[in-house]
Amino acid sequence: MSRVLDVDNLRVSFPAAGNGRVYPVDGVSFTLERGRTLALVGESGCGKSLTSLALLRLVPTPGRIEEGSRIRLGDTDVLGLKGESLRRIRGRRIGMVFQDPMTSLNPVFTVGDQIAEGVLAHFDVSRAEARRRALTLLQEVGIPDPVARLDAYPHQLSGGMRQRVMIAIAPSAEPEILVADEPTTALDVTVQAQILEVLDRLRDSHGMAVLLITHDLGIVAGRADRVAVMYAGQIVEEAPTDELFARPSHPYTQGLFASVPRITGPIERLSPIRGSVPPPGAWPGGCRFRPRCPKAFDKSETMPPLLVVGPDHRMRCWLAEQEGEGPGPVGFAQGDHP
Amino acid sequence: MSLLHVRDLVKHYHSGSLFRAGAHPVRAVEGVSFDVETGETLALVGESGCGKSSVGRTILRLQEPTAGTAVFEGTDLFALDRIALRRMRRRMQIIFQDPYSSLNPRMTVGAAIAEGIEIHRLARGKEVGRRVGALLEEVGLDPGYATRYPHEFSGGQRQRIGIARALAVQPSFVVCDEPVSALDVSVQAQVLNLLADLQRERGLSYLFIAHDLAVVRQIARRVAVMYLGKIVEKGPTEELLRQPRHPYTVALLSAVPEPDPTRQRSRIVLTGDLPSPSNPPPGCPFHPRCFHPRRDERCRIEVPLLRQVGATRAACHYAETTPSAEAAAPSG
Repeated sequence: MSRVLDVDNLRVSFPAAGNGRVYPVDGVSFTLERGRTLALVGESGCGKSLTSLALLRLVPTPGRIEEGSRIRLGDTDVLGLKGESLRRIRGRRIGMVFQDPMTSLNPVFTVGDQIAEGVLAHFDVSRAEARRRALTLLQEVGIPDPVARLDAYPHQLSGGMRQRVMIAIAPSAEPEILVADEPTTALDVTVQAQILEVLDRLRDSHGMAVLLITHDLGIVAGRADRVAVMYAGQIVEEAPTDELFARPSHPYTQGLFASVPRITGPIERLSPIRGSVPPPGAWPGGCRFRPRCPKAFDKSETMPPLLVVGPDHRMRCWLAEQEGEGPGPVGFAQGDHP
Repeated sequence: MSLLHVRDLVKHYHSGSLFRAGAHPVRAVEGVSFDVETGETLALVGESGCGKSSVGRTILRLQEPTAGTAVFEGTDLFALDRIALRRMRRRMQIIFQDPYSSLNPRMTVGAAIAEGIEIHRLARGKEVGRRVGALLEEVGLDPGYATRYPHEFSGGQRQRIGIARALAVQPSFVVCDEPVSALDVSVQAQVLNLLADLQRERGLSYLFIAHDLAVVRQIARRVAVMYLGKIVEKGPTEELLRQPRHPYTVALLSAVPEPDPTRQRSRIVLTGDLPSPSNPPPGCPFHPRCFHPRRDERCRIEVPLLRQVGATRAACHYAETTPSAEAAAPSG
């Protein structure tokens, strides 16, 4: 099949006060498919970025990936790799675009050198050929005057330009997977639109699988094929994008939708989720959303598994059992979503 | 008479380079005029570098204006001496995007909120503490938090503290400079609701500076869109969003990502980057990136002025025929 990455029961832990450990990523499973985008959506502290770092085995110390986690990239067991073979995965098979391009670009090398470096590291080509490919990539990401920009240093470019350079570097090694962690969060909205279109185009032309990590439901709509919503280290709802937007079912997902101001439709008072996301050490037993949930009931004191609510649509909420058709969006103003 | 009356505001920054004295100044604000009425919110919207924050800071004289006038409650703000200005600041406050950087990390939350009350001698002794407690409650925090330090709070809670601190001196006008941009979406909604409630209860006026048109629509009935130091369009929010007349507004609106797959609109992808504010293009500041089919020589030479076109005022020579995003986008 076109499945390129399998993540199964991923758990990442950090030491906590005393002798205990906390699990900011706690049993996350998903797959990525060729030419498709999966969006991992959630608010800060939900574990979405740590999940993406774990794919590249870049979990910062003293964190660690727990026994029993599985990450398979094609036939490769990513968690079994060491040293050189692990390095070959990073960039070559899994490319990455981060939120802040200035901290990921090297300030003392030109843009052209940094893109060519990726090409040279992964392919047996001449310097001139690497430079030629770098130029093509700069053109592909829509940088005006790419010939001149090859010799520019990162500080000479605007934020939008730098992010485009990052995006040009990521596919230089033609990776199977592109992980984009809040790739446009720091950018203006008109620039964001340009960058997202570049990402979509690269996905389609190179057939990459994209893992898009974002807090913004707006950029997910019309872009991702599938959405997984994360809360407190777990996926709490997952479905094809159109299905999830038409029938958000987990009370947390419904709360997110009710919190977003809209550019069309009637203007209503927003219905935010009460309280804020607790830190990993303070998650309650049972359903982790329980203390903030307007629909919590006695069964919520037991942790729910991912339950089926519709075709290819699952959520981590016991309400899925109660209502045959899946729970209706009661309790939150739903704006445009009946 | 409006509560705040701003005319032809100009703010240039001179780069302080020792070796390039007299180099081109950064023209952050280039002749901006607007009024804010009692109890209303005017939104100033635009992308980074458009000058919107400079407008807010210059009006409060956190930065000195280069030219123009600002009259607040009948007083010419730019003519005030230091003592009069300090007295005036009791009436005009500001909330920042990142309240953490504006709170002293070694001062308790209670002391930070009490500071303004004490400076302006609004209360004494135990009454100060009572007011601090009441303010914390008003912004949805536990009055017991007064003894804690800023680092103990989440981003949303810190923004509530920033709001309590601004309200402590009982202002009538608050500049809200991107107050929800750094917050998670669920917390952002809480703070937007809080700002709306406080406005209603206290009769506050806001100048709401933002880059997000959906947020602006939620909070402000009137909006002014800025581009390269100028207001390019202003009017009632709903009308301006329904039929934008300036091509930049059309592009900005079309770029707003909408969380609804069934309602994906045509997106206009602007070519090129924002020109440098130290070397703005002649004529219409937007002409090098403009997609209006009638764009011509006149746009390159003559600066368009704001004029009434339909329900809004737009600074475009050809605002009557500005195409919609659907008509202008390359492939529907």
